[in-house]
Amino acid sequence: MNRVKHLFDKKDRDILNVYFTAGHPQLDDTVDIIRQLSHEGVDLVEVGMPYSDPLADGKTIQNSSQKALENGMKLDILFAQIKEAREYTNIPIILMGYYNQMIQYGEAAFLEKAKEVGVDGMIIPDLPMEIYVQAYRNLFEELGLTISFLITPETSEERIRQADKLSSGFIYVVSKSSITGTSGAISGEQEEYFNRLEAMNLDSPTLIGFGIYDQSGYNTACRHANGAIIGSAFIRALESDGKLSDKIVSFLSGIR
Amino acid sequence: MSYSVNEQGFYGEFGGAFIPEMLHANIEHLSKNYLKIIREAEFREQFDALLKDFVGRPTPLYHAKRLSQRYNTKIYLKREDLNHTGAHKINNTIGQILLARKLGKKRIIAETGAGQHGVATATVCALMGVQCIVYMGKTDIARQAPNVARMRMLGAEVRPALSGSQTLKDATNEAIRDWINNPSDTHYIIGSVVGPHPYPDMVARFQSVISEEMRWQLQEHEGREYPDIIIACVGGGSNAAGAFYHYLEDDRVCLIAVEAAGLGIDSGASAATSLLGTKGIIHGSKTLLMQTEDGQIVEPYSISAGLDYPGIGPQHAHLIQSGRAQVLHATDQEALDAALELARIEGIIPALETAHALAVLDKLEFKEDEIVVINLSGRGDKDLAAYIEYLENPSGRHKSDH
Ligand SMILES: Cc1ncc(COP(=O)(O)O)c(C=O)c1O
Repeated sequence: MNRVKHLFDKKDRDILNVYFTAGHPQLDDTVDIIRQLSHEGVDLVEVGMPYSDPLADGKTIQNSSQKALENGMKLDILFAQIKEAREYTNIPIILMGYYNQMIQYGEAAFLEKAKEVGVDGMIIPDLPMEIYVQAYRNLFEELGLTISFLITPETSEERIRQADKLSSGFIYVVSKSSITGTSGAISGEQEEYFNRLEAMNLDSPTLIGFGIYDQSGYNTACRHANGAIIGSAFIRALESDGKLSDKIVSFLSGIR
Repeated sequence: MSYSVNEQGFYGEFGGAFIPEMLHANIEHLSKNYLKIIREAEFREQFDALLKDFVGRPTPLYHAKRLSQRYNTKIYLKREDLNHTGAHKINNTIGQILLARKLGKKRIIAETGAGQHGVATATVCALMGVQCIVYMGKTDIARQAPNVARMRMLGAEVRPALSGSQTLKDATNEAIRDWINNPSDTHYIIGSVVGPHPYPDMVARFQSVISEEMRWQLQEHEGREYPDIIIACVGGGSNAAGAFYHYLEDDRVCLIAVEAAGLGIDSGASAATSLLGTKGIIHGSKTLLMQTEDGQIVEPYSISAGLDYPGIGPQHAHLIQSGRAQVLHATDQEALDAALELARIEGIIPALETAHALAVLDKLEFKEDEIVVINLSGRGDKDLAAYIEYLENPSGRHKSDH
């Protein structure tokens, strides 16, 4: 069974999904980071495929992506790293990247390769739902890969319902209208939006991400959704001095 | 075959709106309303009046006799360089500022490469009294200082784009990120026929005034509405889109798009997007773009900051792929020589971008009685530093100059 689906079958609260950019800080850190996150009990890892033009991302992820590309990261290297990580862990692994990367690799080849090395699902923020249905849904289903669509405070109810229907892992709830990596406490307005979503009784599990960087944000997200996604804050922690494993342990102990 | 956009926002297989969900509400709102708004009588009246009284339209269609003699054919120059602010870019910004006002937006953002679109945007914002923020790559801020000063004088804030290669594509990324962060009060005025649907179609419609005027001007001069050949330079493709617009379905007219070959097509330093590019997504649009095997967008190079874009508008990708438009290329050197030639035999100093269109005259074979229109997209004031350097040292051009 797909590891993402299996996760949500057995656990429906306090799910922690951690994002990092593959190939950063060092090209070969990917395997160690996945292993360590898994060892520390993180529920899901989201591996960012570094991209030259990450439109939805703030400074932290832009910089980590640029660094990873300078380190020589390429999709085939990433696939090999994930394959290696799979020798050590059964943690659900999701790839997050931009549609252009998938097109240039060859969409079918990309998805097949991902499946083969042990990836469980995809987040492709600039792939529209309409195009997914027309061109890729069958392939995702045949391969047993999940897809998670994003919703934001501006997303209409009708479109949220559509994202609910089409998302096969979880719905990615973007916490506010912004790029990744913002700071500041969760506002009343945001909580109202989370309440509105809760009242919709969606079929898919929901994870809240963007601007979640500490324990308080994590707790708030978990009160309103099945869990939280933390990205930029984790990347910043990886960029500090010290041993990789220590940085990871210390960061996670500050979250839950 | 249709060369216009279809209901889903595509030109053949190109176009569409490949944007993160954060932009969906704004883009959809624009898609649903832009045609309705720009077809309203009140909008048309305001648009036409501003183009006439503020921009100075119609621009002349000038029979360039000495240039014609030189190439043994009949050449007309569509004088977009005589527009207020010095290029065709203002046709689009006038349209979009009126649209933004209709949409109730209070804050304008834009990207700029050479600074021409930034100046055109800052100008219309001053005209309408709205806040204006222009993103410009840090590299371009350094090499286009006069336009930066103009924008500031017009009251715009110029924000350096510090990400990536710090040029036009990164300025566009920064503008899009700003829009994600400010969805409700902000309108993004894109400067070319690029970006997610409906931008390519909307910008082309605002620029279509170029070929609309060409039709009646040719009728006056030549007793027929169409030329045999239209030549325009292509960065994103907005001046070309405007010059081609009313002739797309007219097979009698040969359409020629000129891309910047930089130091040479095979030199590794060019902006020959349609030739070197492959299918993919850039700034929310499916088109041809320069990228690595791994799908990373490549930084192009041209002496001209306005042609220095790694993609091409989706309509142009379609026109080129379907064979409706032909693509030619001009190097830095050829563009500089063509600019000098026009200055000396016609008394017109063109923009470096425009000089690329002029440079292909040498590569084409004309019949004596053919009618050729070159879209003279802009004037060369902003490029004087590059021209002076070339005049002083004609053989000394090399890549470090950029
Ligand atoms: C004078 C002039 N021509 C052409 C261009 C290229 O843009 P487009 O291809 O959209 O016409 C620019 C862009 O800055 C310009 O300033």
